[in-house]
Amino acid sequence: MMLNMVGALNQALALEMERDEKVIVLGEDIGVDGGVFRVTEGLLKRFGGQRVFDTPLAESAIVGASIGLAIAGLRPVAEIQFMGFIYPALNQIISHAARLRNRSRGRYFVPLVIRTPYGAGVKALEHHSESTEALFCQIPGLKVVAPSTPYDAKGLLISSIRDDDPVIFLEPTKIYRAGRQEVPEELYEIPLGQAKVVREGEKLTIVAWGAMVAVAQKAAEMVEKDGVFPEVIDLRTLSPLDRQTILESVKKTGRLLIVHEAPKTCGLGAEIAAFVAEKAILQLEAPILRVTAYDITVPLAKSEDFYYPSPERVARGIKKIMES
Amino acid sequence: MIEKYGPLRGEKLQILDENGQARPELEPKLDAPDLKRLYSLMVTTRAADLKALKLQRQGRIGTFAPSLGHEACQVGSAFALEKKDWVFPYFRDLGTYLTLGLPLKSYYLYWMGNEASMHIPPDLNIFTISVPVGSQLPQAVGCALAAKIKKEAAAVLAYFGDGATSEGDFSEALNFAGVFRTPNVFVCYNNQYAISTPVSKQTAARTIAQKAIAYGFAGIVVDGNDVLAMYAATKEALEKARSSGEPTLIEAFTYRMGNHTTSDDAARYRTEDEVNAWAKKDPIERYKLYLKGKGLWDEAFENQTQKEAEDLINDAVEKAESTPPPSLDDLFSYTYKNMTPDLTEELNDLKAFLKEAGK
Repeated sequence: MMLNMVGALNQALALEMERDEKVIVLGEDIGVDGGVFRVTEGLLKRFGGQRVFDTPLAESAIVGASIGLAIAGLRPVAEIQFMGFIYPALNQIISHAARLRNRSRGRYFVPLVIRTPYGAGVKALEHHSESTEALFCQIPGLKVVAPSTPYDAKGLLISSIRDDDPVIFLEPTKIYRAGRQEVPEELYEIPLGQAKVVREGEKLTIVAWGAMVAVAQKAAEMVEKDGVFPEVIDLRTLSPLDRQTILESVKKTGRLLIVHEAPKTCGLGAEIAAFVAEKAILQLEAPILRVTAYDITVPLAKSEDFYYPSPERVARGIKKIMES
Repeated sequence: MIEKYGPLRGEKLQILDENGQARPELEPKLDAPDLKRLYSLMVTTRAADLKALKLQRQGRIGTFAPSLGHEACQVGSAFALEKKDWVFPYFRDLGTYLTLGLPLKSYYLYWMGNEASMHIPPDLNIFTISVPVGSQLPQAVGCALAAKIKKEAAAVLAYFGDGATSEGDFSEALNFAGVFRTPNVFVCYNNQYAISTPVSKQTAARTIAQKAIAYGFAGIVVDGNDVLAMYAATKEALEKARSSGEPTLIEAFTYRMGNHTTSDDAARYRTEDEVNAWAKKDPIERYKLYLKGKGLWDEAFENQTQKEAEDLINDAVEKAESTPPPSLDDLFSYTYKNMTPDLTEELNDLKAFLKEAGK
């Protein structure tokens, strides 16, 4: 079945709800309206108001109530309408969802998925283009997932729902409807914590996630004419990080470029660069490079194209690293 | 009964006055053993609380939040709970725990800084202590919503202080409860202060209970130093929650007789006269007079109660102090269901470091 990411996510939710009656969906406008991006379309009609319900406009309570639902044995999938609106819920996420297993020595745990669209590229209003995944990657107890294709989105969401730890599931807004892909109709899982080499190559490893994977791949194609054939890794899960896949690739290629659409400083790229330096600096042929968004507030629609990495900017980075 | 005490009219439910005189028409139907049990629980709470203060001064436990003055609102409300109900406590809930049967050892361990304290026994539906003020309230609503979805006739009781009512989570939680008609009972210990800030600086509303009206359900102000009133109001609210899924906000009007915590000095922000006036409303003294009037209290009962409390406390202190700190493996192994490769590496590194350092 050819599906875009919205369709694949919708199918994952429907199949999991059908398989397990403990799975429930809640959030703002996710019922009758089917979510502002339509990811939950049709679920209310199919599964009823006890399992699919619109909440008042209150992000902290959406997450807080989901924690209560989860410790009482349900498996809530909460939608936060945009990543820029998740901040009122940070106390619930960081102080509770992430810690309850530890605080209660395993008596309580929080099988909660918080889905939220993230990233720029759709010319939206302020606060609708955030990419602050690193905030969550620093919190012990959270898992962070960011798919880059419809196929992965479905398998990763199913795994996230079945996971017994809280998962921040980041859906790249820019590629929600970017393209269709063959997606099997049945249930399948893509294990969390496993990156994927999406393009085999040599002499350079590019690490990217979410909407930046396609950008990295395009840049890799652009530099082929110069005789450079980069390897591209799609992280898929940002926390826990699949360090082994990155390390194996870097040891093979000797060079590392990280691409992300979050600001550069203290972005996840910094962690990747640091750990590769710790583990394999002597095997590197060139300094590690990051091509990222800038350390400024996400520009509004008219200027956003300058902000996040384009294939051209990544290709420039590739040239820079190959020449150093 | 709850509907009769309109918080907007400034009415407060009191069954026992300060001299232990009861209003017979409102007395809850409790038999003699239960009436005596309420007394024992309050006495044990006070003794265990004072013991914790002593232990803190001796450096045997860390910072501690005393419950002095809260005995009636903690014990009276918790006594109304049934086994299937859930409780979301806050950090000043000693009497609640003792009433529900959480080992006192666990409470002492919590203030000693040992993670083992919050491993709640599986047969008790008590949630862990929430330190960020008011943040347990949306969780309590979610838990109640789960009971409703699963069609379980259980209620969820959440405790918090007057300061918590200024937090966004209070508003969000009570609004959710109103919209979803969740079987919640919200018990606010209005003890007049959030650390140093008086309740008059938390809210311009005449009562906290009246805030419930804005969320579409009932609220009631109860004399929080009257154990019978606390029991009766909570019992009615819990029954309503279980049978019709209606939430209730109970404002337990009381006073924090001690400091906020052992790191606080309440003399900086309140007068001795004020404290002395509240001391005359002591929840235990008033209840003792009531029991005496009923022929349920005598010196022998008092001595026996004190002795039992002392034995329980000594045993808890001994058990808490002989509980080892968590192992290194234990500190790392509850972050996720399964240890991640990163955590395994970090733990091994810590162990290697300690070995090298000869520790």
